Amino acid sequence: MASHGIKDRVAIVGMGCTRFAEHWDKSLDDLIVEASQDTFASAGVTKDDVDAYWFGTAQSGMSGVTLARPLQLEGKPVTRVENYCTTGSEALRAAAYAVASGAYDVAMAVGAEKVKDSGYQGLNAFPIPNDGTQRTLTAAAMFSMVAPAYAKKYGVSDDEMTEVLARISWKNHQNGARNPRAQFRKEVSTETICASPRVAGRLGVFDCAGVADGAAAAIVVRAEDAHKYTDTPVYIKALSFAAGSGSGLIDPGYDYTWFPECATAAEDAYKQAGITDPMAQLAMAEVHDCFTPTELVLMEDLGFAERGTAWREVLAGTFDRTGALPINPDGGLKSFGHPVGASGLRMFFEAWLQLRKEATPERQIDTDRTLALTHNLGGYPGEMVSFVSVVGTEWG
Amino acid sequence: MTRGIVTIAGYVPYRRLQRSEVAKVFGAGGGKGSRSVASHDEDTTTMGTEAARLALRTVPRDQVDALWFATATPAYLDKTNATTIHAALRCPASVPAFDFGGALRSGSGALAAALAGTGTNLVVMADQRDGLPTSTDESAGGDAAAAVVIGDGSADAPVIAELMGTASITDEFLDRWRTAGDRRSKTWEERFGETRYVPLGAAAWSAGLEAAGIEADSVDAVMVTGMHGRAAKAVTKALGVRSEAVADDLSSAVGQTGSAHVGLALASLLEQAKPGQIIAVVSLADGADVFILRTTEALEAWTPANSVADQVAAAADLPYGKFLSWRGMVTTEPPRRPEPQRVSSSAAWRNEEWKFAFVGSQDRSTGAVHLPPSRVSMDGGAVDDMTPVDRADSVGTIVTYTIDRMAYSPSPPIVFAVLDFEGGGRFPVELTDVDPDTVDIGQQVVMTFRRLFTADGIHDYFWKAKPVRGNAHTTAQD
Repeated sequence: MASHGIKDRVAIVGMGCTRFAEHWDKSLDDLIVEASQDTFASAGVTKDDVDAYWFGTAQSGMSGVTLARPLQLEGKPVTRVENYCTTGSEALRAAAYAVASGAYDVAMAVGAEKVKDSGYQGLNAFPIPNDGTQRTLTAAAMFSMVAPAYAKKYGVSDDEMTEVLARISWKNHQNGARNPRAQFRKEVSTETICASPRVAGRLGVFDCAGVADGAAAAIVVRAEDAHKYTDTPVYIKALSFAAGSGSGLIDPGYDYTWFPECATAAEDAYKQAGITDPMAQLAMAEVHDCFTPTELVLMEDLGFAERGTAWREVLAGTFDRTGALPINPDGGLKSFGHPVGASGLRMFFEAWLQLRKEATPERQIDTDRTLALTHNLGGYPGEMVSFVSVVGTEWG
Repeated sequence: MTRGIVTIAGYVPYRRLQRSEVAKVFGAGGGKGSRSVASHDEDTTTMGTEAARLALRTVPRDQVDALWFATATPAYLDKTNATTIHAALRCPASVPAFDFGGALRSGSGALAAALAGTGTNLVVMADQRDGLPTSTDESAGGDAAAAVVIGDGSADAPVIAELMGTASITDEFLDRWRTAGDRRSKTWEERFGETRYVPLGAAAWSAGLEAAGIEADSVDAVMVTGMHGRAAKAVTKALGVRSEAVADDLSSAVGQTGSAHVGLALASLLEQAKPGQIIAVVSLADGADVFILRTTEALEAWTPANSVADQVAAAADLPYGKFLSWRGMVTTEPPRRPEPQRVSSSAAWRNEEWKFAFVGSQDRSTGAVHLPPSRVSMDGGAVDDMTPVDRADSVGTIVTYTIDRMAYSPSPPIVFAVLDFEGGGRFPVELTDVDPDTVDIGQQVVMTFRRLFTADGIHDYFWKAKPVRGNAHTTAQD
């Protein structure tokens, strides 16, 4: 038993991503067509050149037909993928493994979500008939329990915690403001962030991810074929996934100050990619900042800071776009928005742009490092799925 | 052996409406004192369950032969409500559960039937009294439940009050009525009811005294209950008992609690009585029912799990607007979230022990507690090697908590906490009967049976936690 990974066996050769926004005027099909056409063009292929498709959507549609119909795919293997908020990453993971296995030459992952047709704010889980004993809490409330637990364990005062969380939100808005595809394109002052109406626990509106419609896609091929499609492929170094057993919710040993599923996935990804010092080796990381305390804790789960120290690093600017390790340079879920099925692929899209130096100049990271990490999670503290990838522009 | 009361408990919900609040809003109505108010997540079934849980802390539950539930305001029609209480108490399937439904008199009726019958009966009574804003019913009514175990007693559960005599007088006259589906009751001219109830009460009282073989002046404590306040006062005056024998009927602090009040009255009287005393209750509803009992020596060793007096004292006021919203008299803006879907009947049935009795499972080898129960252990992975573990009566400690201002709730915000239970086990659960500002890590809570929401007419019953108040709560044995 082992996680061998597929380091350097598969490359991303084309990507596309719509703007994430409240697309009142666009349907799921519109978003799918837009992201897919951009991606085909990016790789220089047509839909017929793609041998197999994986389509990620959490609850905007069912089955592969939800992708095959708008793209009019004829007789292709199209699979719908769902794995909470990691749905988009899962679509890419499946496509990459399909190519690595030798089953297909060219595979495509498309992630899309039409969230804003529900008529409600926030995300709402698809109702499954049940015995009525399930929690009905919002994700914001579940993640809000992390902040007081972390503060208590590491002796962070109320005021300091307020400052730390506001700093994370401020940074992601700074980044999103410079990104034409982001949902929220305004810088927001920490005063405004701190004064925003409370949603759950100590979390205000500005501590929560933007809720947006959007789509993103990637085309993968065997690494040795990559240069047929592009001069600057991005190679997959690691794809790691961990599903928790849900026992964190009922295990008195869990203290809400970390996400074991994320630490597990990170450890495995670093092993696959051969990374020993992520702070020194990574050019950037996209992490699942669904709520500000989530990003704080992830800095430790992903090994970017020692346990109990991430809050100091946040305040020191370590994770700013110009810091030692830029986190969410595209604005993250916070300001780029979170169309569930698309978010994982959107993270790859930012790594694709930054590593290929294709981000707009005002937001291009100045680095000579060639590796980027994406981290995508779904679920709640104690009951979570977590995905970590490492991609890079050097082959071998 | 003489038949009588083996144990008894009252349940008074946590919230009070100060009657003076009514006139502040409407310029009329209300009055002095307060009434009890069931929480938005309570109904007669959940309040009855809470009363029964309190009662069964003081007697072994395996001695109960039958469960009867009496209420004028049942949560369901057609479907038996007593079966929900039966499930929450983990009664064996062989213990029958029946409803005595609809009428205010059903409480005293169930009590009389149990006293006249055989075996050990758990008689549960509950009521939730509604009235239109500014009405007498709104102010004078109250919400409560009571549970009485009636039987012949046993060595480990002796009779604490033996029956001396009962009497019932019945008459057909229309003083108060409500048709199915109506929220409010209607009443005939007050004087008419009074002229009927006063002679009926007097006749029943005489018959009761005769059946008990005593004179009125030997009664140590008595209460007259009934929704007709003037009649109850007049009957009280005509009882001929010593003045100090007239006990507080709880109408000023709790209100008249309809079909539950006869049980609440008996609980209150027994909690204050000494061994060898004579207590009596007169209930006025479509006639008059009299119960006269003498406390036994066993009363000395009997301690209520949470006395009515303690529950009356441990209360918090509810703003009148919330009261009106909880009673469905006004509709407030709901959270902008989807309303919950109805509970699956088959899923609820499969998980009956978990959903209704808060029973998880415990790994035989590692001791790991699983809430809800699991076939595979989270600790070591043993399969199908678990024993049921009941956490309904375990004290929990708050590990962490949050306030959810966005989630759907019949009364936002949701206060939610992660609990670690005495004896093992963790469960994240909603808190109730709580002021969000007073919640803290380390605080102790107890579980309480509640109605989470209603969809498609299906009530979703499950458990919440509420703060331990006073010294009344103790952890029962598993």
